[in-house]
Amino acid sequence: MEAGSGDILLEVEKLAIRFRTHGGESAAVSDVSFCLKRGETLAMVGESGSGKSVTSLALMRLLPKAPLCTVSGSVRLRGKDGGMLDVLSLPESRMRAVRGDNVSMVFQEPMTSLNPVQTIGAQITETIRLHRPMGRRAADEEAVRLLDLVGIPAARQRLTAYPHQLSGGMRQRAMIAMALSCEPSVLIADEPTTALDVTIQAQILDLLRRLQEQTGMAVIFITHNLGVVAEIADRVMVMYAGRVVEQADVVPLFRQPLMPYTQGLLRSVPRLDLAGRRTGALSAIRGNVPDPRRPPPGCAFHPRCDFFVGGRCDVQAPALDVTSDDRQVRCLRWSEIAA
Amino acid sequence: MMAYLGRRLGQAALLLVVVSMIGFAILHLAPGGPMAQYAMGSNMSQEDLDRIAAQLGLDRPLPVQYAEWFWRMLGGNWGTSYRGGQPVLHVIGSHLGATLELMLTATLIAVVLGCWIGILGAIRRYSVFDYLATIGAMVALSIPTFWFGLVAIFIFSVELGWMPAGNRQTIGDGSLLDMLHHLIMPALVLALVETAIWSRFMRSSMLDVVNQDYIRTARAKGLPEWRVLSDHAFRNALLPMITVAGLQLPTLLGGALVTETVFTWPGMGRLFLDSIEYRDYPVVMGILMFSASLVLIGNLLADMLYAVADPRIRLG
Repeated sequence: MEAGSGDILLEVEKLAIRFRTHGGESAAVSDVSFCLKRGETLAMVGESGSGKSVTSLALMRLLPKAPLCTVSGSVRLRGKDGGMLDVLSLPESRMRAVRGDNVSMVFQEPMTSLNPVQTIGAQITETIRLHRPMGRRAADEEAVRLLDLVGIPAARQRLTAYPHQLSGGMRQRAMIAMALSCEPSVLIADEPTTALDVTIQAQILDLLRRLQEQTGMAVIFITHNLGVVAEIADRVMVMYAGRVVEQADVVPLFRQPLMPYTQGLLRSVPRLDLAGRRTGALSAIRGNVPDPRRPPPGCAFHPRCDFFVGGRCDVQAPALDVTSDDRQVRCLRWSEIAA
Repeated sequence: MMAYLGRRLGQAALLLVVVSMIGFAILHLAPGGPMAQYAMGSNMSQEDLDRIAAQLGLDRPLPVQYAEWFWRMLGGNWGTSYRGGQPVLHVIGSHLGATLELMLTATLIAVVLGCWIGILGAIRRYSVFDYLATIGAMVALSIPTFWFGLVAIFIFSVELGWMPAGNRQTIGDGSLLDMLHHLIMPALVLALVETAIWSRFMRSSMLDVVNQDYIRTARAKGLPEWRVLSDHAFRNALLPMITVAGLQLPTLLGGALVTETVFTWPGMGRLFLDSIEYRDYPVVMGILMFSASLVLIGNLLADMLYAVADPRIRLG
């Protein structure tokens, strides 16, 4: 499918997020740009603290207010009327109408992300009735339809169930039903399968993919699980220390990662083939994610990089290069390494 | 549920027996006694005194006296007051209304004010209001109730003359307005410590809740902040407060005892102190058993209410 400009649902440009903490100011995210088309799935990959979740919360404008946290750059979202909304400058009341309606979120922990003292039905109809002029009974019917859609058996009876009465997988399905209740154009899924069993993980991924085909929504899928990325993503954005270090379509990225960090991530995935068994140990990226309050000079990854060159990588901060095949990579030496 | 209730009631009954034993022992072993009242200042002979003691059953060994008292109490006969000769239950009943009036008013003030202060303190954490509320609560908890009561009487009754210094009503005037006028000061004094406690518990409970994931979910739905707080945070933050309410009952009863004495409030607390002074054994034991039952029932109710309010808890 050839994408016209009308197919762009979300455009993020030079997003930067700074937090003020006791230890001083820290740049949690800087220079993040990407865009998202209808029906597309973008995977955001990176270690804990790389800025994935913070970025997603900024898209929903759910971060703490200034002066604790300042967000700059631009986030443009396609509204239901077809025009583009400037998310970062919308008044709060307009933003509330956008949350849950145009963009919604599915969170990592289905146990703690649902209100324990409200029934599943109440929590789903709450969203529906907030954004749609709908009576209680009609909203209940809609909730049954949604629960059915996400594959929860005996949906009608589940309306009066409390979250603790459902299994983890069922809770996450309910959470997805809630997020989809107003047919958002963009769904942000923040590690939605991390807390689930592997078999349930596959079911939830299947479900998300099926729902995406039906509704044409775009999905931002935050994960650190590269197996999941290979399964669900169209495009991958690798983040390190609050910056995008590589962005590419999923197949080229897995076939030939350009940034040494991406290479390290891919090498650290356990493999079940015979080659992996012969070499034995897993290859891990040495060292730790840098402290965002004291980022290393030059390339943020240089203290952990196998291709580090003194006097260059620790001096000059690399820009995000665009390659000839329209991939993005942030590394001073990527062309030497690829050669 | 029924099995649980039965078990809890059994435990409560056992506890009441223990309370009665300890109370009875302490009361009877304390120096002085009802006979000392008769012996002092009256010109009764030793034989008269012995006869009265025998009549009251005070000449028998303590365990026998306890057993007799206990057995009669089970049969519904709580004895008669040494002072007025009235049945104990009747004496308690005539003082109960005043105490309940005071306690319920104070609780109402404390819950409403305390919850409000606590919630606001949690939402505006580390704000000027939060600091003032924290300091205020610490001060309120450190001031002895009787001292605060006396100061209040001194300022508002003696100096300003706005409030009556004590009693439940002006003699000969039983109007609602008059009773409210009398009620305000003792109720506020009694509510002070309760308010401080409620505000502290409410604040920490609310702080626990507002950082939960489901609050973020509620915001992500697009709910306005006040609905996030009222529909999602408040309901969850209130759950632990049910337990607090149950645990506050003894504190409230103790506070009522002091407040009633300071404000000459004709309630159970003052009756209790007066009866101890007169060594009016049956009335003291009666009030002891009555308030102990009240506390146990209150706690049982709190636990059952918790099960109703929190769907995750099923008693079994």
